[in-house]
This record gives sequence, C-alpha cells and structure tokens, in this order.
Amino acid sequence: MASRSLANRPCSGRYEDIVAAIGHTPLVELKRLSPKPGVRIWAKMESFNPTGSVKDRVARALIEDAEAQGLIAPGQTILEPTSGNTGISLAMICARRGYPLRVVMPDNVTPERTQLLRMYGAEVVYSPGGQGSNGAVAMALEMAQADPSYYMPYQYGNPANPNAHYNGTALEILDELDGEVAAFVAGLGTGGTLMGNGRRFKEELGDAVRIVAAEPMQGEPVQGLRSLDDGFIPPIIDLSVLDRKIFVTNRDAIVWTRRLLDDEGVFAGVSSGAIASIAVRIASELDEGNVVFVVCDDGWKYLSSGIYTRPVDEIENLDSTVWW
Amino acid sequence: MATVRIPPVLRPSVGGEREVQADGETVGEILESLATAHAETRGQLFGADGELNRYVNVYLNDEDVRVLDGLGTPVAEGDVLVILPAMAGGR
Repeated sequence: MASRSLANRPCSGRYEDIVAAIGHTPLVELKRLSPKPGVRIWAKMESFNPTGSVKDRVARALIEDAEAQGLIAPGQTILEPTSGNTGISLAMICARRGYPLRVVMPDNVTPERTQLLRMYGAEVVYSPGGQGSNGAVAMALEMAQADPSYYMPYQYGNPANPNAHYNGTALEILDELDGEVAAFVAGLGTGGTLMGNGRRFKEELGDAVRIVAAEPMQGEPVQGLRSLDDGFIPPIIDLSVLDRKIFVTNRDAIVWTRRLLDDEGVFAGVSSGAIASIAVRIASELDEGNVVFVVCDDGWKYLSSGIYTRPVDEIENLDSTVWW
Repeated sequence: MATVRIPPVLRPSVGGEREVQADGETVGEILESLATAHAETRGQLFGADGELNRYVNVYLNDEDVRVLDGLGTPVAEGDVLVILPAMAGGR
C-alpha cells in the first residue's frame, strides 16, 4: 500500500473519550491583525474544545482534582456559580462521570446558555442579573453553606483552575512557539487563565514576557452593588503576575469580535473580541516577537443577541447583559 | 485637572454626579482632592492604612493603576480616572 502522510503533523491526536480530547487546541496566526511585520499575533483557539470553550480544561481539572483527593464519588451533587461556560463544561463532564450538577447563573446571560446546560442535564438556579457574577457567587456560597451535601469546586478559589493552564495551555503554547513568547493576553474573570499561564511563562521566560489582562468594563446596569463591601476579588488572583490590566467596554468588545470574524474568519465569543483588541494594542507597542491571545469560546452562544449581523448601535441590552 | 468617573454605588456620596473634576498630579492626589471635596467618599475609597480600599479599582484612562504605580501613578492634564467596584467576572 502506498504510504500516506499528513500535510501538517502532528494532527490533534486520538483519545479514549471526549473528556480526554480536551485541550491540544490549535494556535493560529492572525496576520491581518498584526500592526507590523516583526510582530506576529497568534490566537490560541480554546473555542476548539469539546463544549466550545476554555472552561473544558478548568472543569476537567476541578472534577479530576476532587476525585484524586477523594472529595467526590459518582452520585455526589456538584454545585457551582458560573455565567455559563464553566457550567456547560462541568455539565458535559459530570453527565459522563455520574455527578448530578446544579449551576447558579445570572438571569441576564444569553438564552443559549440555559439551553446548553439543560441539554447536558444540568439544573439551573438563577441569581439576580443586576448583581452580575457577584450575585451568582454569593448565592452559590449561601446554598453550599446551608446544605453540606453539595460539593462546590469553586473555580474562583480552587488552584486546580490555574493549574489546568500551568500544566496544559501554557506548555502547549511554549512548545508550538519554541519558547518564544513576548506577550500573553487573556481575559480576567476568575483569573485562572492568566494566573496559570502567567506563572508558567514568567518561570520559563522571566521578564522577557509580558502578561496582560483584558477585563470587562461591567455596564452600569450590572453594577448593582449596595456598597463597595459587596465587591468581589477571586481568591486565586495575584496581581503581581500581571504587567498590565486594561478594561474593555462592551461596545469595543463587540466591534472587535466582528473584526475577528470579518478580517480573520474567526467566529468567537465577545470576550475574545475584547482580548484581541488588547493583543493588537500590545503588539503595536512591540518591535518584534510573538503575541499570544486566548480565544476563550466560540460564537454560537451569542447568536441570539444579533452581534454578528446587526450594527453595534442596534444591539439590545448592550450594557445590561453579562457578556463574559 | 483630571476627570473622575463615578460608579453608581458612589454617586450618592458626590451629589449624584456621574463625573467630577479634581486636581492633582498623581492618582493619589486626585483621589485625595475628591475625598476632600466629598467627605463621604473617603471611607469608601481608602482603607485605614491610607491605601486604596481593596474593593475599589481605579483606572487611569483604561489601565488599572494597581498594576502601574498605584496611588503614585502620574496623571496628565486631560486624563480620565475611572473608579469601578471590584466585580466578579469569569464564567
């Protein structure tokens, strides 16, 4: 038989099941976004994970870490606050591993998330949308305190979250780029992506790499705090890992999500647009090197909002939606 | 002179204004001017140690000053300081 070979090796591998297929995502160069020839912009396509987001890595790490510590066994109900992606990833994994799942989610996220969660068998408890993710975290913590039969992985405070990146995403990027990373840009939410990747890159590359956080500027309708004491900082976040921390408005995030689609053919969620905008800004400040940013999720969950087809000025609830 | 954007949670302490003007050459000086002009904001902006309250994020234009030079971060004429409460993100 004539030998056949792949044009691009390695291909993405073969796996015993869908959970094992998490990670090993493509790194794609986005040449049209690069502001100068010596600076290369790379998208780490976490949207290629089985449920379409970077949170597959985190959810698998949260469950497998709890199993390894003997904290959970099949049949145990899992409870977690999420604005969608972590819940969807947990739902897929918990269904396969035999854990009932209940997620607490703000009621102003896009409706696809509820559908996806139910599709994978999770039960959804809604928190007040006006309190953003803070409200979901507070409600889940109260539920866990009131009922000790829940096991809450708590992505905001669980080191398994950043470790999924420290031992996964970062190693893949270093391998693909032969250790040459000038800047790494990701979204700041729980802090897992930035802390895990950031620590690994700093250990390997020292001050030669810049770790940059893009964070959502929450619209005023979701800043429904009674006082600043209701503020929340995820316990896993250590600001000393970051070199820059820059906010992006919902409007700019959506404009750049469209640019990813129109200029590069990348169909991504809203946070990825925000992160891309900061990656291009950082790239414009460098003379050479690789700028890597994370495409956190794909765009399917946002279709009902019309962001890919309607002018940004016609998008409803721009500031009252929790986009990321 | 810089513009300081006030989040909804702090507006009752500044007479309902969405933004105010304040003098100073550093982030710390500008916030001190704000706290002097609107005394109710002092306890919310600063902790007992005089540092920023941990649940307050202050951005020079769009960059978090904690990752720059903190309260010592220089502010130029026409810059905008944005005060935001620390909110959970993440998914």
